[in-house]
Amino acid sequence: MTPEQIEALFSRDAGDLRRRALATLIRLLGDFDLAEEVLHDAIAIAIAVWAREGEPRNPSAWLVSTGRRKAIDRLRRARRFDALEARGLLDPMPPETSGPSPNGQFEAPTPDHPDATTADAWPDDRLRLIFTCCHPALALEARVALTLRTVGGLGSDEIARAFVLPVATLQQRLVRAKAKIRDAGIPYREPEAHELAERLDGVLAVLYLIFNEGYSPSAGQEVTDINLCAEAIRLTRLLTELGTGSEFREARGLLALLLLQDSRRAARVSSDGEIVLLEDQDRALWNQDQIAEGLPLVDRVLGEGPAGSYAIQAAIAALHARARTPAATDWRQIAALYTLLAHRAPSPIVELNRAAAIAMAGDLDRGLLLLEALRAGGSLRGYHLLEAARADLLRRLDRRQEAADAYRAALSLARLAPERRFLERRLLEVTGESG
Amino acid sequence: MQYVLLIYENEARWGTQSPAEQQAMFAEYRAFTESIAKSGHYKGGEALQPTTTATTVRVRDGKTLASDGPFAETKEQLGGFYLVEAANLDEATAMAARIPGARSGCIEVRPILPTK
Repeated sequence: MTPEQIEALFSRDAGDLRRRALATLIRLLGDFDLAEEVLHDAIAIAIAVWAREGEPRNPSAWLVSTGRRKAIDRLRRARRFDALEARGLLDPMPPETSGPSPNGQFEAPTPDHPDATTADAWPDDRLRLIFTCCHPALALEARVALTLRTVGGLGSDEIARAFVLPVATLQQRLVRAKAKIRDAGIPYREPEAHELAERLDGVLAVLYLIFNEGYSPSAGQEVTDINLCAEAIRLTRLLTELGTGSEFREARGLLALLLLQDSRRAARVSSDGEIVLLEDQDRALWNQDQIAEGLPLVDRVLGEGPAGSYAIQAAIAALHARARTPAATDWRQIAALYTLLAHRAPSPIVELNRAAAIAMAGDLDRGLLLLEALRAGGSLRGYHLLEAARADLLRRLDRRQEAADAYRAALSLARLAPERRFLERRLLEVTGESG
Repeated sequence: MQYVLLIYENEARWGTQSPAEQQAMFAEYRAFTESIAKSGHYKGGEALQPTTTATTVRVRDGKTLASDGPFAETKEQLGGFYLVEAANLDEATAMAARIPGARSGCIEVRPILPTK
């Protein structure tokens, strides 16, 4: 193998060799930074040694053994004997991590060494890593940064650009997060059965946030070289591969939702950067591969038991994905699903979407009534989409004067340029003049 | 690792409770304390008298300034604490969640700074 081919083995796209090794090293060394540093060293050595001697039978084990030895060397040189002892690094390696003796040389496990024969000689620590990075004791923004950096393997500068943050700010967040893990004693483990559902909710919330940041970027966002939506999907997919039991049902639901939402991305924005509503989108631009993966997943999740909120949202997205044309959309089913969602995870936004669905299913008056009730309730005060939805229904009912007032109200609240332009166009339609 | 579990509650609530409710609360605290003592986690703890008995002391430029009341006027006040031994934050948090005050107020969980 050439050094370039070996380097390719460690690239993010090539799979999880690097992440698996990192997750295990964090467990063995009890230190995120040390684990990253020695893994970096081990990979540098691998590139040289494997080019000469070929890829070892168990590359993951090789990386971990080598990394562990480098850690021992580093700690010895720094005279950190307390750390060596505390982490059990002076003891002979436990069976599942055993490899060549720590004599300072880095040999690949020999073909007849037990670890070399089974790819699963190492427990998969990645689930532990995900749950630790998403621990509720960490601030949400810290969880997002740490997950993208450690689980996703993205660079600090890439993450900073994607969230429109100075790199120093992002790096500080990472430093503080790792310090909290260390100083407050956040354990590196998977949650126990009784807390799994709650902790999983926390993980899914982080992943959903990452996706939404990519899908609806904050004001001022420019095109970045990393795709947060793709990253959120990749991480969610990894989670569903690591956790396959019934407790991970909502993770599968989230994956289906993200795939189906992302499938429409190319059609959401026109070539001039204008917003294209669902009903106006060119469905030929929808990503059929993602739809093909998402639809059966929705069916599977719905068949697994009472649907969680992500599963219900995925089911709604599936109904859109299945409609060849806007007219073919099963709005009555969608309205029913929003009603279900309102029970499962009530929120004013869900009520808003429910009202819109009821209107689209043919009962414009009832939809409008529900929106008026929402407006009177005051919970969505300042939310331009409520005014925009009202305006839209009034427009469809040909109550143009009222629609114009509502579009003006929406404009007074809308911040993003593409949204403002859209509302201005609608206002022009109903008045024959601009606001 | 050792953690302090700081119990913050709205002490005004205490006055609105009937003697029976107060007794029930004491009993709950006693039961909790006994259980963590039995499991070996308990290292110490006390209930505090209300903030009307508090005095805040500062020394500035060599002068001692004592003033009446807690250091800050807050909606919830420090009412007591536990010092516990726990393997990690999750274990400390699980204990904190069992403190009766967690249901109406909140518990701050803070690791102590280990001395070398």
